Amino acid sequence: MFVPSITHPVGDFIREWVPKLSAYLPEQLQSQTLDSIAAFLINALLCIIAVCAVNIGSAPILIYMERKVCAHVQCRLGPMRLGWHGTLQTIADVIKMLFKEVYSPSGADKLMFYVAPLIVLIAPFIIAALIPFDHNLIVADIDMGIPMIIAVNGFGVLGILLGGWSSNNKYSLLGALRSGAQMISYEISFAMILLFVVMISGSTSLMDIAQAQDGTVLDWFIFKIPVLGFIAFILFFISSTAEMNRAPFDIAEAEQELTGGYHTEYNGTPFAMFYLAEYIALVTNSALAATCFLGGFHAPCIGVAAIDGVLQMVPGVVWLFAKIYFMIWCYMMVRWTFVRPRVDQLMDFEWKFLLPVNLVLLAAGAVWMIFVG
Amino acid sequence: MSITRLPPGFKITRDTNTEEFFINMGPQHPSTHGALRLALRMDGETIVEVVPHFGYIHRGMEKQAESMSYLQYIAMSDRQDYLTAIQNNLGVVIALEKGMNVGVPEKGEYIRVMLSELGRIASHLVFFGCFGGDLGGQTCLLFGFKEREMIHDILEEVTGSRLTTNFFRPGGSRFDVPENFIDRVKAFLKHLEGAMKDYERFLSKNIIVLERSKGIGILSAEDAIAYGCSGPVLRASGVDFDVRKANPYSIYDQLQFDVPVTYTGDCYDRYTVRIAEIHESMRILYQCIEKFPKEGPWRAKEKPVRLPVGRYYSEIETAKGLYATYVVAATTGEKPYRIHTRGPSFPHIAALNKMVQGHKISDLVTIMATLDPVIPEIDR
Repeated sequence: MFVPSITHPVGDFIREWVPKLSAYLPEQLQSQTLDSIAAFLINALLCIIAVCAVNIGSAPILIYMERKVCAHVQCRLGPMRLGWHGTLQTIADVIKMLFKEVYSPSGADKLMFYVAPLIVLIAPFIIAALIPFDHNLIVADIDMGIPMIIAVNGFGVLGILLGGWSSNNKYSLLGALRSGAQMISYEISFAMILLFVVMISGSTSLMDIAQAQDGTVLDWFIFKIPVLGFIAFILFFISSTAEMNRAPFDIAEAEQELTGGYHTEYNGTPFAMFYLAEYIALVTNSALAATCFLGGFHAPCIGVAAIDGVLQMVPGVVWLFAKIYFMIWCYMMVRWTFVRPRVDQLMDFEWKFLLPVNLVLLAAGAVWMIFVG
Repeated sequence: MSITRLPPGFKITRDTNTEEFFINMGPQHPSTHGALRLALRMDGETIVEVVPHFGYIHRGMEKQAESMSYLQYIAMSDRQDYLTAIQNNLGVVIALEKGMNVGVPEKGEYIRVMLSELGRIASHLVFFGCFGGDLGGQTCLLFGFKEREMIHDILEEVTGSRLTTNFFRPGGSRFDVPENFIDRVKAFLKHLEGAMKDYERFLSKNIIVLERSKGIGILSAEDAIAYGCSGPVLRASGVDFDVRKANPYSIYDQLQFDVPVTYTGDCYDRYTVRIAEIHESMRILYQCIEKFPKEGPWRAKEKPVRLPVGRYYSEIETAKGLYATYVVAATTGEKPYRIHTRGPSFPHIAALNKMVQGHKISDLVTIMATLDPVIPEIDR
């Protein structure tokens, strides 16, 4: 029987221990097939728990962080009443959201209406499984990491389009159409930049990309290729903001114009899922940025042995999360600073500016790789 | 929406190749600034026609005024354009003073002008916030409201209430200003000068704001006059008309200030005119602080508000535009026969259809924000 297995220290450890433990089982139950299936299931369960823990666990933190960052940008204090500095506010909000009545508008396509939020959630969860959190801490270390991410990212559009269409609301439909056009357009730039990263690292595996940035800060891809790396990072920042439908590119929601866009008619748990998907996408996109440009789980070494030794004592997962939260903070600052472009200007920006710049960048990167790298 | 069930005032032309559809924007919508309903005929995201519908919060103020005393109507004027409540008070009071034939002492006039200009700054700050907010920058909203709160603190100390001031009376005002009034205004102006620099940097030169507001919603000078627009909307279209200059009331003829005029008539012009007006109001306030009489009466001798038979008209320049009050007294007494108010927001919304045609739905939001309408004033 074929049981998929990926070489992995945690997985290997379980594969090693399951046969030893199964020796205590009755004779007739012992078999190699059963052992490998049990090991696979335990591994799969661990993977699911890990992905859920990282994703669902980070959502309340991010909501709290977003509210605090937003409040301090706007000269306010934000949540302050419930718990120390309002830390329990998010939990209260989540409880409120989960206990709300779930209903759909009349004339809505009920099946699609409730499936849409689930589809939106798929993409960020799969991407989170591909992110290397440390040298040996990765759920699925597949060779086709980058193509996989590009492929899966398109899934979110489907959910948003379905949600907007099935709501039987013109504002939702407009929001969904805008979102569809926007995400499909920006996906091209998004893929181009990842292609640039693949070109430098010579691998499509995210683990290899992270490993290729081992060394000092100057080995990170943002600094490795002078100027071009930084431009690529900025372009990635822009196109991933558009990918996530976050302000200033949140024309799909555009509260002032479309009263909420594709999720106008959603409430309670389905709405919470859209919300969750948005924040998990924030984590995964930040993790992707950290992995592709900011050295992944590597410590920011500066080439001085004494300091580097101390920095490297900190586990890689801590460094990765530090980088992720730095990126998230950047996304949040941008969100609360800029105003929103119009829908046609957004398309112009992608097709007439971002894409040509990306192509030039790709060509320049190739030239650099031939002559220098 | 089936073609047969379209709202009134809404016509479909069937000679287009694409399918047009109808969107109902409001009365509950985040950017209609109140209970205003806009029926939109759309071709994709492009607006073909917009038909505004009013009356969702109509309270019959002018009818109510017929059974009220003149003094009671001053309080009603607060509830019209609540952003410029103190200026509305002034408009009503000036009409009553014409009938009663009372003058206002110098100090009283200075109090009126200063509070009016503070009200103008407050209203324009709300505009600044809503403009940024409607473009998608929620932070702007909070920034604009922050300084507005300071003005309201001053108004609260002077008048006793923050929004609906009900302060001016024929012959002066209800109370004298407190001793620290001038110092507070001075401190506020000093703060505002710094804050305005930041705010203008935040929006005025932001590339996205420029892209979204330049050339959007152009209203020509002829159209602006034809529709009866006034205030910053009219001046942004290149018509140099300001009641404070054209037909000065109170002591505006003794003060030095310019009337900012721009000539394109697009959203960005309406924005810059209002920002320039904040600076002009600050200039007026500085002059008032210098000339403010420390001694002297602040109101004329109190006498009952009884108007002789006749028709009395006053017009003032509020932050939104020309605010006129027309009082008809059929019998000598405490009650009017009829009071009519001419508010500035109604003609602006009427001109909306002229401005939005061919623009996107996002532009409609921008245009609405720069018209700066206050719905309770339209639906009196």
